Order: sequence, then C-alpha cells, then structure tokens
Amino acid sequence: MRTITAPALLQASLLGLRKLDPRTAWRNPVMFLVEIGAAITLILAIADPSRFTWAISIWLWLTVVFANTAEALAEGRGKAQADSLRASRVSVDATRVLPGGGTETVPASQLQAGDRVLVTAGETIPGDGDVIEGAATVDESAITGESAPVIREAGGDRCAVTGGTKVLSDSITVTVTASPGESFLDRMITMVEGANRQKTPNEVALGVFLSVLTLIFILVVLSLAPIASFSGAPQSLTVLIALLVCLIPTTIGALLSAIGIAGMDRLVAANVLAKSGRAVEAAGDVSTLLLDKTGTITMGDRQATDFVPLGSTTPERIAEAARLSSLADDTPEGRSVVTLAETEFRIDAAGLEAYPEAEFISFSATTRLSGIVLPVREQVTEQDGATSPAEVGAHRSARTRSTVVEVVGRTGAGASSSAAVGLAAGVAPLRRTVVKGAAKEVIAWARDRGAEVPEAATAEVERINTGGGTALLVAEAVGSSARVLGVIDLRDIVKPGMAERFATLREMGIRTVMITGDNELTARAIAREAGVDDFLSEATPEDKLALIKTEQAGGRMVAMTGDGTNDAPALAQADVGVAMNTGTTAAKEAGNLVDLDSDPTKLIDIVAIGKQLLITRGALTTFSIANDVAKYFAIIPAMFLLAFPGLGALNIMGLHSPASAILSAVIFNALIIVALIPVALRGVRFRARTASSLLRMNLLVFGIGGLIVPFIGIKLIDLVIAPLL
Amino acid sequence: MSWFAGITQILLVLALLAAAHVPLGNYMARVFLSETDTRAESVLYRLTGVDSSSQQRWRTYFLSVLGFTAVSLVVLFGLLRLQHVLPLSNGKSDVPVDQAINTAVSFVTNTNWQSYSGETTMGFLAQMAGLAVQNFVSAAVGIAVAVALIRGLMRSNSLFIGNFWVDLTRSTLRILLPLSVLFAIIYMGLGVIDNLTPDQVVHTVTGGTHAADAAQAGSTITQTIPGGPDASQEVIKHLGTNGGGFFNANSAHPLSAPSALVNLANIFLILLIPSALPRTFGIMVGSRKQGWAILVAMATFFVLSLAAVIALETTTTTPASHAAGAAMEGRETRFGVIPSAFFAVATTLTSTGAIDSAHSSYSGLGGAVLMINMMIGEIAPGGVGSGLYGMLIVAIVAVFVCGLMVGRTPEFLGKRIGRTEITLASTFILVSPALTLIGTAVATLCPGTLDSVLNTTSAIQSSGHATAQTAQTATQLNPHALSEILYAFTSAANNNGSAFAGLDANTPFFNIALAIAMLLGRLVPIGAVLALAGALAKQTPAEASPGTLPTHRPLFVGVVVGSGFVISALTFLPVLALGPINEGLM
Repeated sequence: MRTITAPALLQASLLGLRKLDPRTAWRNPVMFLVEIGAAITLILAIADPSRFTWAISIWLWLTVVFANTAEALAEGRGKAQADSLRASRVSVDATRVLPGGGTETVPASQLQAGDRVLVTAGETIPGDGDVIEGAATVDESAITGESAPVIREAGGDRCAVTGGTKVLSDSITVTVTASPGESFLDRMITMVEGANRQKTPNEVALGVFLSVLTLIFILVVLSLAPIASFSGAPQSLTVLIALLVCLIPTTIGALLSAIGIAGMDRLVAANVLAKSGRAVEAAGDVSTLLLDKTGTITMGDRQATDFVPLGSTTPERIAEAARLSSLADDTPEGRSVVTLAETEFRIDAAGLEAYPEAEFISFSATTRLSGIVLPVREQVTEQDGATSPAEVGAHRSARTRSTVVEVVGRTGAGASSSAAVGLAAGVAPLRRTVVKGAAKEVIAWARDRGAEVPEAATAEVERINTGGGTALLVAEAVGSSARVLGVIDLRDIVKPGMAERFATLREMGIRTVMITGDNELTARAIAREAGVDDFLSEATPEDKLALIKTEQAGGRMVAMTGDGTNDAPALAQADVGVAMNTGTTAAKEAGNLVDLDSDPTKLIDIVAIGKQLLITRGALTTFSIANDVAKYFAIIPAMFLLAFPGLGALNIMGLHSPASAILSAVIFNALIIVALIPVALRGVRFRARTASSLLRMNLLVFGIGGLIVPFIGIKLIDLVIAPLL
Repeated sequence: MSWFAGITQILLVLALLAAAHVPLGNYMARVFLSETDTRAESVLYRLTGVDSSSQQRWRTYFLSVLGFTAVSLVVLFGLLRLQHVLPLSNGKSDVPVDQAINTAVSFVTNTNWQSYSGETTMGFLAQMAGLAVQNFVSAAVGIAVAVALIRGLMRSNSLFIGNFWVDLTRSTLRILLPLSVLFAIIYMGLGVIDNLTPDQVVHTVTGGTHAADAAQAGSTITQTIPGGPDASQEVIKHLGTNGGGFFNANSAHPLSAPSALVNLANIFLILLIPSALPRTFGIMVGSRKQGWAILVAMATFFVLSLAAVIALETTTTTPASHAAGAAMEGRETRFGVIPSAFFAVATTLTSTGAIDSAHSSYSGLGGAVLMINMMIGEIAPGGVGSGLYGMLIVAIVAVFVCGLMVGRTPEFLGKRIGRTEITLASTFILVSPALTLIGTAVATLCPGTLDSVLNTTSAIQSSGHATAQTAQTATQLNPHALSEILYAFTSAANNNGSAFAGLDANTPFFNIALAIAMLLGRLVPIGAVLALAGALAKQTPAEASPGTLPTHRPLFVGVVVGSGFVISALTFLPVLALGPINEGLM
C-alpha cells in the first residue's frame, strides 16, 4: 500500500482549494451545501464579528477543503501513472504502407483505423492493431510493467499489438484498429487520471439517498427556525447553519468521490484496465465465475503422474521404457514422463546424447504414437519368467540386476567397446523399439507384432480415463517379440490451493464453473479434484455463450476470462468479461476489463476489489449517519439551554458551554473527514466471508463505532477549545 | 390499578393476535392469489364494467387510486354539505366548507382526523353512507397498495402489478366486510349500541354535575343520551385502522366502549389485519421467513414503545397523579392506566387514531413516545396495508445501506435496489416528515395559532422563573403548546387521525392545512410505493447465495428497527426537544 507523503498532501491541499470553485463544487450537493453555509457564515462573521462566528466559518471552510483534498489525493495517485503512460505516447513517427506499395512517414497521431504500418526492430508501435505479416519480439513493459519481451505474430491469438510498445527484433506489418485518441493507452490514461470519471450505478443510487437525507435535514433546520422562535428560544443563523452541516452526511459526502477513484486506482495497481467503473462494481456482484480449466484451474499441461506396470513387468521396467520412449519427445507431456521416471522411479541414466544411433518415431496423426528404436547387441536370456530384453542404464542403481543387454552406443569405455565389438563381429544388431501412445493405437501396434495384450491393459486405461487422467500405453518389441509393458497416467494437475480458493468463493456466494474441452468423464474428475461447483465439458464457444445466457436468465451475474477471438461473444455477454492482454483485439474489445498480466486467476482479485469498493461506501455511509446521534446530544442542549434549562439533561457529554459544544461538533465533523481519508483511499479491509458475517463485522465497527466515536471526539475537542473561547 | 391485571390483559390480546394472524394471513394470501371471482364480485364487475382478468401497469393502478380517491372525496363532501336536505340527518345542519373538506379528506385518506364532534355535527346518513363507507374502502385501498407492492417483489420480468379494482373489491368483500359483520354482532352482545334512535333526554337518578345550576333554575335534572348505529361502525373503525369515532369521546365513550372487555376487543381489532399481513406477504413472495422477519421487526417496535409508555405513565408523578393515586387524568377508570397505555400505543403505531384516553394528559416523555410512534411512519404494525408497505420501505432502505456493507449491489428478495428504487423509497420516507415539519413551522408562524392552543401559559412563568418583563416581550410558551401543534401535523401527515386534545383544530387554517397534510401524506407515498412496485416487477430477481444479505435473520431485523428509529429520531429530535421532551425534563 502506498502511503500518503507530505508533498502529495500539500499538492492535494492546493488542488483542494482550487476545487472550491462553485462551478465544479455543485456536482457534490452535500459539500456544495457546506460551502454555501461557509460563505454565509463568513458574511455574518464580517458583518457582526464574534470569535464564535469566525471560528464556525473557518471550520466550515476547512470542512470543504478537507473533502476536496481527499478527492485530490485520490486523483493524485493516478496522475503519476498517467504521466509515465503519456511519456510512452509522445509523438512517434509511423511508416505507413501505401496501398499501391511503397511507404511514407507520418506522425502516429495521423493514423486512422485501417491504415497499415511497418514497424521494425527498435521502433515503437504507433497504434493499437493486429499483426498481419511477420513476427517480432515486443517489449510491452510500458503497458504491463512486465520486462520480459513477448512474441507477436500474424494470425492466431497473438496478433494484437498495443500502441506505445516497442519492437525489439524483426519487423511486422500492423493494421491499425484504433483511431487517434481512442487507443488502449489513451483509455488507460483517462482511467488512471480519474478524469471524466463516470459515476457508477451504485454511486449514483447512494448519491440520491444522501441527497434525500440532506433535503430532510434542510427541512429540519428550516422548520426549526420558526418553531424555536415560537417556543421562545430563537436561534441565530450561524447556529442553524452549524446544525445543518453537522446533520447532513458530510463524512460520506466528502469521501464518496475519493472512494470511487481509489477503487479504480486499486484496480490499476493490480494491473487491470477497466473500460468502465460499472464493470468493477459488477465484479462485486458476480455470482458465477466461469473459469477455463486449462491454465486457470490446472497447470495447463498434462503431466505424467504414475507408471502402472502390466503383467510381470516391474515398476522399474515400465519407468525405464516410458522414459526411453519419451527421450526425444519435446512436448511438455514427454518431458514430464522423463522427469517422473528420473525423480520418482530413480531411473538415473544419461540423456539423449548417449544414444547417437537411436532412431526416433515421431508422433504423427496417422500412427498416433511416438517412440524410439535402438540397436541392441545380443539376444536376451530368460529373466523374470519372460523374455526380458533389457535392463538398461540401471547399472548405477542399487536395483541393478544382471545386465544382459547392452544398448549400442552407450557412453563410457566399456559400453562403447562392447558396442564396437558387436558391430565389428558382424552380428546383425537386434532392434529394440519402445513406443508410447493412445491405448487403441498401441494395442494395435503390439498385436501386429504378435503380442498378447493382457486384459488388465484395457481395464487400467479405462480406470485412468474415468479418473480424469489420460492413459498412454507403453509397448516394446525386441526382434520379433513384442509386449505391452504398462500404462503412463497423464494428468492435468490442478494448481495448488485452488480448492481452498473455490471454497472461499463459495462462502462469498460465488459459484465457480469450469469450462473445458475435455470429455465429461475427465471433466468431472478434474472438477471434483479442483473443488469447482460445476463444469461444462466439451465446451464450444457457443456452449459458453449459451451457459452465460442461462445463468443470467436465472438472475446471476457472470464473470469470465478469455483471450481468443472466439471468446469475444461470450466476453461481451458476460457481466464482467476480463480479456487477457495477450489476447486478440476482438477479445480485448469485447471484454470490459483487460488484465495486463494475462493472469486468468486474477478474476478472483477483481471480485474482491469490486466488493471492497461497495463495502467502503456502505461502511462510511453508516458511520456518517450514526455520527449524527452524538452531534445532536452536543448541539440541541446547547441551542435551547438558555431558554429551557431542563434540556441541560441532554448534555450528557458535559460540554463546557453552548458555544464550545456547537463548535466542537463542527470541528469534529471536519476532522473526521481527515481521519477517514486513509480508509477511503485504502478501502475497508475485505475478508472473504458470508454476507451475514461481513455485515455483523462492519456494523460493529462502523455502526456502533460511528455511534460511540463522536461522543469521545467531541468531548475531547471541547476540553481543548473551552479555554480558548 | 393493578400491574397484574394490566399486563395480563396485554398478554391476552397479544396471544390472541398470535393465534389469529396465521389463519388470517393465510386466508388473505389466498384471496389475492386466487384466480376466480365470487358471484357477488362478478355481478359488481359487470355492473361497473371492470375486466377482472386484466392487469394494470403501475401508472394505471395509481391513476385508478387517484380516480377512486377523487370520486370518494366529491361524494363525501356532497353528503356533508347537503346534510340538511338529505334524509336521515336527524336535524343536523350542513357541515361548514372548510370542515367538510377536512372531514372528507380525513376519511378518504384513512386518517379520520375529526375537527368536528360526532354527536353534534353528523347525521346518521352522513355517518353510515359517508363516513362508514370510507372506513371500509379507505382501508381496502391501503391493503390493495400493499398487495401491489408484494406483487412487485414476487413477479419477475413483468410490467403489471395487479388490478386495483379487483384488489379493492376483494379487500372489501372478502376481508373487511365478513370480519365486520361478525364482530359487530359480538359488539352488540357486549353492550355497544346500534340503533337509529335520535337523542333522548332523560332524567338522571342521582343528579348530574350541574345539580346546583339546575336547582337554581328550579327544573329537573336531565341528561341527553345519544343514539345511533355505533356497533356496526365501531368495528370497522378499528378493523380498518380508521379511528374516526361515532361520538366525540371516541373509544372512551361509554356507549362505544362500555367495558374493559370492549376496550381490549378494540385493541385486538386495531392490530388484527396489520399483524396478519406480514404472513400474507411471506406466503405471496414464497418465503414465510421473510414474513416472520417483518412481523418481528414490527413486534420489536411495539413492545419497546409499549414498555416505554407504561414505564413513563406509571412512574411519572404530578400533583394530579399523586392525588389520584395514579396518572388517571384523561383516562377512563373502567380501563385503567396500563390498558389505556396499551390502547394509546396500538392506536399511534397503527394509523388508527382512535383514542380511549387523552394523549394530552400523558407525561411529557410519554406523549413524546406516542408522537415518535407516528413519526416512525406507523409501521409497527401500522395501518391496514400502509403499515406493511411502510415497513417494507424501511426494510428496503436498510437493505440499501447494509447491502453495500456486504460488498454487493443491495438486493431485497432478489430485486436490486438501484437508483430508481432508492429514489422512490427515499421519496416515501421524505414525505411525512416534510409535511409534519413544514406544517408545524407554518402553524407557528400564523398569528391565529395561539388562539387554538389550550396550554399557552408557560410553566416557567407560572413558577416564577421568568421575570414579568421577559413574559411580556418574548412569548415564552408552555412547551405543551408546541406539542399540541406538532401532534396535530404528525397525526395528519402520517394519516393517524388521533388528536392530542387541547388544540382547537376547527379553524379554517387548521382544517385546510391539515387536509393538505393528510392528502399529500397519503397519496404521495402511495404513488412512490406503486412506482416502486412497477420498478421491482420489471426486474429479473437475482438468485440468493451466501453472498446475499439474508433479510430474515435477527441481525437484519435489528438493523431495520435501528435504522427506522434513527432516521425518524434524527429528523424529529430538535422539535421534540422543544416540545414534549422539554416538557418532560422541566
């Protein structure tokens, strides 16, 4: 949390003074009324000077200045960020590609949507657009703060580029999609500055409520004047104005706008760009979160989690074979098989470079398997009651048995010599083939080579698939004999801590729905493991859109993340659509929030920010209203004590004199604004809890607290000022 | 006065209400959910050209209320002004224009403020065809509007909130009329008169209070005994939370309330429908828990208020109460202090305004509590219908502030409380305080007001604290004078109708000013409620989740009670401080 520094405070106070201009002040009716009151008391103080009237007038002016300072402070935080963004926008020249070929240099500010520009290494991209030709590494740190460059290329989901970012290598041709002044950067600057801030729906509603309260209190004070005179206790205008200012909800009135700006500021700090404040508020209301399985709930890559041996195969053998089959497999799945074999099964052997003569069977759509073919030196002896060709590479391990087959090409003196011997002896080398792949294909492969496939194989595959994993079979053939060795259990691993996060969300009343392209069985298993409330399997973009509409028809607010062009309709339909900054322009246009970090789990943080914004407003409103009780106990006896000594019984705080009591209430009313500025800027602490427990906690702090605090505060102020009056 | 007897009577009535609210609440829900008309209703609809199957948008519904109100006003005004030419007037003359306006508005708005005296001003025709009819239909309008608001909450994606004519007819024919007939018979059995006998002058047995004067004049001692169809009117007066008495002494009159038992029956009838409507609400919106929450909020206000008044009236000692052994000034001996307090709280926390004791005679602070009862908006349990919609509005305002504190757009029963909704709810909340305060302020500015006020002599002056000089220059009034005026406008603006006693309100100023307060205090809130119903009906309700603020838990009920009280207290504390509180602390 950034703290409020002294220079920032000074600057904000000066800005606060400037905001006294009635032409802008009327936008906040509550504080405008205070300003009018301050002006009237000033006239009264000049016309008929008294220490009391002057003091009241000064403190009323201060009340307004404090309120304006709060707003200026909130705005000031965004200013620095806006300045740095603006710096990256400074006039860039663009190389515009002319329709007939050839290029011309124009200022970026003259680019229109549809223009094509060429950007080469070292140049700044002149405007938002899509790459239509080429690929380049781009430094997007100006926007995202992330220093690692990203790749942007024509076609696909990584084609969107943002104006103000810098091409580091290669060159790309970009079609500009945003006209000047409407770019991403422009919008971001506008937002962080809080300029032209549109009030959000709840803020408007609260404003109405506060205006009506203010109106009631105006009536109270206006009617009190004749009624008090009628009763023989006429009141001075100064006192009536002081009463009015103390009664109207100045605390929340002063801080309302600061709370809104600070809320957006928190969003910016989380590296999220909101296209409207409405979206942030809506985030607090979300009751259904649609989360993509891959990359959000799970790590995103399927990883080997277990090797299951079949028949007489030992765990070590299947691990060894699986590793071999994956040595050349550079996919994350393949790497995970190697890692698992080496870490969990202690298959400790050399890498790919140790097998110079190996041939690789790479995955193809027709065979749907991958593997390795190795020459071996000699035939195998009976082992384990089955033909067992190899115990390769295990000689350093404690589990080593008799090494009956040496794989040709092993490094190390002995190995190479024996290989050389084999080849030199002219023995036709046996070939050992190890393959892994989808169950159906591997079984067919093994059967072709005369293997008998154990029943257990299909059973095991079925078990893994229903459990949410993906089963790969591993088989090998040495010479003419083949056999299925075992199964690799690949799983999409759920990120740690997700189940707890979803449980928290559930407690807050937010349902999570996992969206996945997996089949239903797999989806169900992962959903159970991750602890989501529901899932949508084999989901197409249309399914997603339909799901959102169903949820909304059931009275639920939906939030989702997306990055692809085909996510755009769903993003637009969702109440809160968070587009990833790495996503396509279409997705970024459709969403109402853009996450610059492209972190799909951030949706959860956005919800918290939205809720915090609303809670802060509600809490300070409650506090503001509750404060009035104590102010009454200060002012009413003070007003009428002279005429009706009996009302002195209401002076439960034992305030010194009528003048000190009224002034103390006014001073408290001004100072409480200052005291609450940090709360307004930081936001009331939000804890993920049920609505009931949140209400209980906040009522206790701001409701009951709001009743008690002013009694203490006013009494203390009275003790200080009593001798001065 | 016995504590035991008083408390037992209260518990008895409350127990009966607790038992009655379940079947009555269920029955009323059936009445308004029913798709079919009774035969009598069908005939009525055919005669009046009402299509009972058609539905109205909120504007049409409101225009129907306004139209019905306008016709009611004209008819009643006519009956009062043409009394001398109409039959069954037993010789009563026309009601003066300003008083006729005041009375017509008063009965049409369910206020039943009476600036006239029943025995001397109203003939039987005006009583039966004018006032009693309004006692039924003004109550029915209240129920109809409440039901329209319930529909706004229960319907989704709908433009319609019901049909005013159907709601009005069903309220009258299926709820008010059967109950009135039943209880009128019981009341006659309990000794409440019901006849068309003109005043009888009888000779007293023991001698009247004017024995000395009579003896001097040499004549026999006589007393005028009024007659009239009272039992039939007495029941709907309470059942419809009307309160306009057949006799000037209202429910303190021995022919209206001859016994303590009738007094208790009156209280029971006052509270019967308002305390059953929350259940109707719960059933209609499909969550009885919500109905319970509203009822508990109402009961909390009621019990706190009752306890406060009983405590203040049994402990405050004045020279008069000291002499009588209890605060019997302004009370009937056959009722006693505690049952009188019970009646006073019931009549001010509903929009009834009937009285069985002079509220002016209550202690300063006791009188303040009675005023606060009305200032809160008569929502515990409130007038028939108006109490429920008033309480729902308070709940909506409470939801608005609290809902934000749980980090969501506030929702009540799944309906979002956004800009439109809070604007309308705030308007509702604003009207009565505005009318009360403006009315009181204007009255204090009028030079003629002092002539209407009974207690102008300042206690300070009489006890010699103020010098003769200040008494001449600054008119330092007895705070009771302000209480009398404040009470009148509070009563009118909230459609209560009870009088503090002491204020002569039959002046052109008070008749007209109070009529304006009554009319606006009735119609503006109804307009806001119906517009709110329309706005709510349009919405798709949000599904409840643990993130939704539950509006049936004790915590929320506490918040409703607290916010209802704090908002009224903040509005009225200054003027209460000058009036009754000042008096109480002197």
